[in-house]
Amino acid sequence: MQDLGIRVLFMGNNFIRLLGGLWITVKISLISVGLSIVFGLLLGMIMTLKNPIVKCLTKIYLEFIRIMPQLVLLFLVYFGATKSFGLQLSGEVSAVIVFTMWGTAEMGDLVRGALISIPKHQYESGAALGLESRQIYRYIIVPQTLRRLLPLAINLATRMVKTTSLIVLIGVVEVLKVAQQIIEANRYTVPDSALWIYGCVFFLYFIVCWPVSRLAVRMEKKWEN
Amino acid sequence: MGVFYGRIEKLDTGFMAEYFPLYVEAAKLTFRLGMTGILFSLVIGVVCSLAGYYHVPVLRQIAVVYVELSRNTPLLVQLFFLYFGLPKIGVMLSSEGCAVIGLSFLGGSYMAEALRSGLEAVEKGQMESALAIGLNRFQVMRYVIFPQALATSVPPLCANVIFLIKETSVFSVVALADLMYVAKDLIGLYYQTDEALLMLVISYLVLLLPISVAAGLIERRLRYAGFGD
Repeated sequence: MQDLGIRVLFMGNNFIRLLGGLWITVKISLISVGLSIVFGLLLGMIMTLKNPIVKCLTKIYLEFIRIMPQLVLLFLVYFGATKSFGLQLSGEVSAVIVFTMWGTAEMGDLVRGALISIPKHQYESGAALGLESRQIYRYIIVPQTLRRLLPLAINLATRMVKTTSLIVLIGVVEVLKVAQQIIEANRYTVPDSALWIYGCVFFLYFIVCWPVSRLAVRMEKKWEN
Repeated sequence: MGVFYGRIEKLDTGFMAEYFPLYVEAAKLTFRLGMTGILFSLVIGVVCSLAGYYHVPVLRQIAVVYVELSRNTPLLVQLFFLYFGLPKIGVMLSSEGCAVIGLSFLGGSYMAEALRSGLEAVEKGQMESALAIGLNRFQVMRYVIFPQALATSVPPLCANVIFLIKETSVFSVVALADLMYVAKDLIGLYYQTDEALLMLVISYLVLLLPISVAAGLIERRLRYAGFGD
């Protein structure tokens, strides 16, 4: 009986369908990562400002987003926005909104950390060498900030891909939902397919996330001072 | 802002009071399972990080593979595999069993990484000096390496505790009546979305804010324990 289960994976276009589901997950996380980088850079720069009101507001935003489980945020947008404001958001759009809000908060904090970790004398030495302000940023500050930021940002991206698996719970048809459909469709002919199909989904996530997190580790090692 | 004030006035407080006990029960369940999972995660983390630190032959390779597998897959998928996949080869687990095993499987690798970074941060000379003054291997770990490693490891360990409690929010997929389950149930049954979601947010704040504040305090205290800076 054991060899029956894995057969389902290669029946018809089941495997292609699973990959299609995975693509939905990856697509939503890529869009959110892209938007988070843009907004996160802005938020990070805003967070280095000394204005107390700005500081307080960004701090509340950051703490709230960080302390709430992402699933709660998804519920707030997907169910809450529909009821409160009459916005009919699809699961995908809610997911992009939530993951962008979350990613922006995390990314903003990383950018802030990287920016304030550059010692003041770096700016001053640059100026003493006779560089213009634009040149100081171009040749001294930005390269150093990027080195600290990139590995952390890549890690954040893999976390976002993993967290995107939650969207199945607000009704988006992604890889887990497709897996469920395949298992249900073969319930009578191949009753033990669940083991193989969910095992396959497990490794699909691994194959997507693992190379990316290895990349982050390698960058971190390479740029260690 | 007017929209928000309008909605706050319209909240059905009677409904909230009636279903408040459900949230308390669910929060207790979340807390209990979360803490059990965190405890097992710590045990797994200690074993894996020590296996790496002492270069224990087979165990070290197993630990590396486990950490990579666990860190690069989402808890939701791990739970689906445990709860729906494993019974097909005769391994039947209860809902709570699945939840705790899943959370420990996920958390173990995060704890291992946090402890590993702490152990690696302790200078080699510390170990050699301790051996030179005649401490045995256990004493070296107990009195010299571990206290210093802990000071480095505590911030990521605290972050992991919060992260793992947040991760418990997917437990409803293995048929546990946790906070998400209660909220979704109330929304589905009575369409009291605002009230259900507000109580959901408050429940998680009550669970996680004290832990977050405590983590901040512990971190600040331990910063003085650092050596050399």
